Amino acid sequence: MSAESLIPPVLEARTLGKTLGGNRVLDAVSLALPKGCVKVLIGPSGAGKSTLLQCLNFLIPPDSGTILLEGREVNGKSRRELCALRQQVGMIFQDFNLFDHLSALENVRVALMKVKGMSKLDAGELALAELARVGLADKAALYPANLSGGQKQRVAIARALAMDPKVMLLDEPTSALDPELIGEVLAVIRDLAQNGMTMIVATHQISFSASLADEFLFMEKGRVIESGSPTELLRRDSGSRTLAFCAKISELSGEADEMGAESLI
Amino acid sequence: MSTTYLEFLRAELVPGLMEGLWTSIVVIVPSAALGVLIGVLAGVLRVYGPRPVQRLTEAYVSLFRGTPLVVQVFFWYFALPYISLGGHSIVLDAIPASILAFGLCSGAYQSEYIRGGLNSIKRGQIRAALALGMTTRQAVQSVVLPQAFRRALPGCGNEIIYLIKYSSLASIITVGELTGTATTIAKNSWRNIEVFCTLGVYYLTLVTLATWLLHLAEDAMSVPGFERHKS
Repeated sequence: MSAESLIPPVLEARTLGKTLGGNRVLDAVSLALPKGCVKVLIGPSGAGKSTLLQCLNFLIPPDSGTILLEGREVNGKSRRELCALRQQVGMIFQDFNLFDHLSALENVRVALMKVKGMSKLDAGELALAELARVGLADKAALYPANLSGGQKQRVAIARALAMDPKVMLLDEPTSALDPELIGEVLAVIRDLAQNGMTMIVATHQISFSASLADEFLFMEKGRVIESGSPTELLRRDSGSRTLAFCAKISELSGEADEMGAESLI
Repeated sequence: MSTTYLEFLRAELVPGLMEGLWTSIVVIVPSAALGVLIGVLAGVLRVYGPRPVQRLTEAYVSLFRGTPLVVQVFFWYFALPYISLGGHSIVLDAIPASILAFGLCSGAYQSEYIRGGLNSIKRGQIRAALALGMTTRQAVQSVVLPQAFRRALPGCGNEIIYLIKYSSLASIITVGELTGTATTIAKNSWRNIEVFCTLGVYYLTLVTLATWLLHLAEDAMSVPGFERHKS
């Protein structure tokens, strides 16, 4: 046995199931996120990507299945265990969800004080450092109403990183952004990945994620129906559903056009 | 009997109304504070409380919005002393009875404004707070409520202005506040027009003062995205 297999994944889901309004939104989905890996969830809307991510930190409690954090099963009924899990699992939302009445600095600081019990001074220092990390130290005093979409998402990333998470869940982090603002957020995410952050990202940014991901997971109707490395799945002759899907959205966004799917990578 | 209005004002009306004004303030300020406090509590419980508590606060709001305030004032002053629990009964003086009645009634209305404010805040912000490891209570306290309160403030101010005026009802249970004092002076002097017009000016001044204070409060809590729009 290799040493690697002895270390449990940072986050693992086993046979997660969720039914919402009579729809089987998640159907026995399992996945594991070993330390430092980047996995990308793709698939049509309504496939269950967002539900899956929100089940991983119990924002949506799964009906069945288990979540394991570093090999230990999380009891979703225990409030204390949930808070502990969520501190170690950072989450980024499509629509940022910044706290609108707080400045950028206060957005990053508030959970450090309330959840980690840090002093205002220490929390403020750390918050400023995290804002600097996403290139927003000079915007610390601004309120969400005065930030661009890209800046808001970077504050949201700083806010999650300040909690020092072991893994990050990113739910379509650039889908609500104007095209010219996507780049600045992708740069921050790329930086995170290159610094070894364990991540799972739901996204439609195919070429970007293909260059970062260790594994693509293609979801449809609540199940992961294909998985593999991007090179493998996006090879022109792979015949995969992933390839067909990616070719279609890339064509729509003008990423690949007549050059074919290979240019995706 | 033939004194001029100004002499009457100086010798009788103003000294009398000044005393009444003080009593009015003694009734209004604690009632308003009680109303806001109950309103915030009941509003939060109606939106985020467990089911049975939600039902209970809904019942409170229906009861206190659905019955005339005069009836409520009479209840706390005249009926409460007859309710005895284990040989003990509570007898309230006129002023505490008024404060209790006004505070409870005002709280029912305030909770509606607060509830509206809470519901106007996008659920995503709670999810973000929970995702950072906050408890629901922390999320409501430090994320949702501060925003909801800012949104609800104009409505809450409106209710406080109503309260200033319905505090005149305390006069019917013998509280010597503005209206009570004015009625007595009017009875003794027979100068009804002067007395009640002057009384109106007193309330108008109180309300103007309260409006100004409420705007100051709005400005003090203003952050970008939650400003008071000045015309």
